[in-house]
Amino acid sequence: MKVIIIGCGKVGMSLARQLYKEHDLTLIDRRTDRINAVPEDIDAMTIVGDGANVTVQDEAGMSEADLVIAVTDSDELNLLCCLIAQKTAAGCHTIARVRNPVYSQQLPFIKERLGISMTINPEYAAALEVSRLLRFPSAISIETFARGRVELLRFKARPEHGLAGLRLTDLHARFRSDVLVCGIQRGDEVHIPDGQFALQDGDLISLIATPQAAAQFFSAIGLSTNQVKSALLVGGGRMGLYLAQMLLAMKIDVRIIEKDLKRCELLSELLPAASIICGDGTSKELLLSEGLSAAEAFVAMTNLDEENILLSLYAKQHTKGKLITKVTRMDFDNIIDELDIGSVIYPKSITTDYILQYVRSMQNSIGSSVETLYRILDEKAEALEFTIREGCEVAGIPLKDLETRDNLLIGCINRHGKIIVPRGHDTIEVGDTVIVVTTHAGLQDVKDILK
Amino acid sequence: MNRRMCAFIIGWVLRLEAVLMVPAMICAVYYREAAGLSLLWSALICMAAGLVIAWKRPEDTAFYAREGLVTVALSWVVMSVFGSLPFVFSGAIPNPVNALFETVSGFTTTGASILSDVESLPRCILFWRSFTHWIGGMGVLVFLLTLLPLAGGSPMNLMRAESPGPSVGRLLPRVQSTAKILYKIYIGMTLTQFVLLLIARMPAFDAMLLTFGTAGTGGFGVLNDSLGSYTAVQQGIVTVFMILFGVNFSFYFLILAKNAKQAFKIEEIRLYLAIIVICIAAIATNLILTHTDTPLSAMHHAAFQVGSIMTTTGYSTRDFSAWPEFSRTILLLLMMLGACAGSTGGGFKVARLLILFKTVRKEVTLLLHPHSVKRISMDGKPMDGDVIRGTQVFLTVYVLIFLGSFLLISLDGFSTMTNFSAVAATIGNIGPGLDLVGPAANYSFFSVPAKLVLILDMLAGRLELFPLLVLFFRGTWKKF
Repeated sequence: MKVIIIGCGKVGMSLARQLYKEHDLTLIDRRTDRINAVPEDIDAMTIVGDGANVTVQDEAGMSEADLVIAVTDSDELNLLCCLIAQKTAAGCHTIARVRNPVYSQQLPFIKERLGISMTINPEYAAALEVSRLLRFPSAISIETFARGRVELLRFKARPEHGLAGLRLTDLHARFRSDVLVCGIQRGDEVHIPDGQFALQDGDLISLIATPQAAAQFFSAIGLSTNQVKSALLVGGGRMGLYLAQMLLAMKIDVRIIEKDLKRCELLSELLPAASIICGDGTSKELLLSEGLSAAEAFVAMTNLDEENILLSLYAKQHTKGKLITKVTRMDFDNIIDELDIGSVIYPKSITTDYILQYVRSMQNSIGSSVETLYRILDEKAEALEFTIREGCEVAGIPLKDLETRDNLLIGCINRHGKIIVPRGHDTIEVGDTVIVVTTHAGLQDVKDILK
Repeated sequence: MNRRMCAFIIGWVLRLEAVLMVPAMICAVYYREAAGLSLLWSALICMAAGLVIAWKRPEDTAFYAREGLVTVALSWVVMSVFGSLPFVFSGAIPNPVNALFETVSGFTTTGASILSDVESLPRCILFWRSFTHWIGGMGVLVFLLTLLPLAGGSPMNLMRAESPGPSVGRLLPRVQSTAKILYKIYIGMTLTQFVLLLIARMPAFDAMLLTFGTAGTGGFGVLNDSLGSYTAVQQGIVTVFMILFGVNFSFYFLILAKNAKQAFKIEEIRLYLAIIVICIAAIATNLILTHTDTPLSAMHHAAFQVGSIMTTTGYSTRDFSAWPEFSRTILLLLMMLGACAGSTGGGFKVARLLILFKTVRKEVTLLLHPHSVKRISMDGKPMDGDVIRGTQVFLTVYVLIFLGSFLLISLDGFSTMTNFSAVAATIGNIGPGLDLVGPAANYSFFSVPAKLVLILDMLAGRLELFPLLVLFFRGTWKKF
């Protein structure tokens, strides 16, 4: 496919890195320094110029493009680029990043009447992820498949859970829960385990299960499965606003600490049910007096990554509640993971995931398509959800007879809403959706799981 | 909220209260009264409760605004309940609600009584009754924090909640030394008054108790006719000291710091003295013109009564309830005004009136010159917008509580003036009102629910509404 990315910021570059191997890529940015900073190993055409300029678009070959992704700083420019692309190339798919809450209210209009295929609001997506975590605070991260019927949860094994030394085949007998461990991260290594794999304390375990089975498993190993009741938010930016709205709808007590008085007044107007505190969130005194130790969840999401990380480290000393840290820069994620500060949310990486999901499902060949895609286990593995269409090669064959690739696991079969954790004699049927976990990046079709 | 820390401080308040019962016991030993035993038992119960509640200092000593407000409000309630034990045990006031009313009235320095025959009480019980005025006048928690650094956070949280006035300033850099200097002034003035009354040949017991009542601007007397049967000189001394105790204590601090010039520049004190002089003149004239009294006696009693009501003490030399309507109305208005901020007196406070006047003047200027900019200043310093807003909110809450109580106690079916002045006299911590609750009468005829409403009014008035109001606010009790 021919893909044009307009805007070479963090999200743009991250997308380019994921897409350049399989697609003809063109990068456009207004700033020369950004274009010069594109690494040599990314094999793509680069153009300096305004993405909405017809000359620039001509140069980029807009008329033959299959997909245009506009991720510049400006909502208006993103929308305009997509609109022009829509007119220039018939049948071209367009994705625009739109973050202004005002526009997000008219998303249906943007999609249907303006014909833009997808819009993504990073702050909204990140807030949604946080709210999901607060509903189930024992997990470090939660991804959903099959419209929420299946979840992929990640948690850290600690000595008190009694998982050390346990083989995965014994897991089912021991806890009587229908969960499938689909990935283990131990230090820098990532394993897609088989039944003989033994767990250790400190492992980051990813498992696939229905929400009910997951809840049962978590309570069996002694982790809390209750939704939090109160949350202390530091930073009342866009993400804070979205998050507060979601949490209030979940009947969670919300308190937001925000530095700027004007912003506080606006927040108090938009969120009458939340309590808004105007003050410096990095003041220890203020945090404690506003109930840091009593809060069941603490979310650090100021504009400064360093501040957020320090805040979470400090909060860790004072509360047993759930900690969530927003980090914008993705460069140091492996270091941040070692700090053990609960869940870390990368809005940019969420944006990238959403867009990649769309790209993968766009290139559906006959027979199957990618419904959902998550990069998991430190982005070293992917979890994909495929729909099985008529004429698929793998349909009807018992799983034990399929010659699947190494480091690949069929996690779950969703047959018309019924969730099956697959065993050897189960088959994949037409109409099912299956979830596949693998370290091989770039699976396009369900037939790619075969050797 | 750090409930353990609140309980810990309340426990210490109870221990302190037990110790404060000792002087009354000494009095009992001196007069060889059996009622002293009831004081001993009460003190032991108080101490035991204090020891149990505050056995160990909690590990988390974090203490913030919310804890400060709750601790102060609850301390006063708990203290009143335990303080009423001697009255019940000794049989002086067998009914617990009446005993609580009397104790709250004592600690809040109100001076409203349910007793008709004070003279029949044992002397040690009378001593405890008046001593509660002296304790309550300055505040218990402020006293506690001068002795012990209990709270982990700033003791300012406690001081702000307990001290009267629209804003609490520090006289010295440390809160503790500020509280100490205030107590030194308080004790010094108390001793002076006591000695002066002795010189004026008042019996030592009466002198001591009346001094307690004056210093705390309380109003419990020793005799059934309050101060009516003492000599004019003795009444004069009490008049002067009532007015002195109604003055903002920072005035004395400035005098002690040899800064008399600045002391007399405090606008609040000027207004306070001006109101006193004008009201004395108005009432005296009214009394003379209506031939109620002779000129000299009219001046004397007008001065005593204005001083007594304005400073919210509540002593009386005459039954002012029987005075002409104009004089009665002036006294009723003074009941609602009260003394200076930062004094031992209660009421709405002159400082707040001053702030409201200034706000009104500013608003009127703004009507005439819509674009004019004007900052409200007090004593030559610009006022904080928060203080001005706080004062306006205070007025609103004051009026609402006032009207609510007025409505509730009217269920008892007494006259409007009785009910209105009863609420004014309790929420303003004065004591006697007009008509049925006048200086010659007492509050015993109210029903139990009405008494409870008045008890809450007294506490609300002494604690300046908000700490007590906070107790009824759901968010206060939530963990987060």
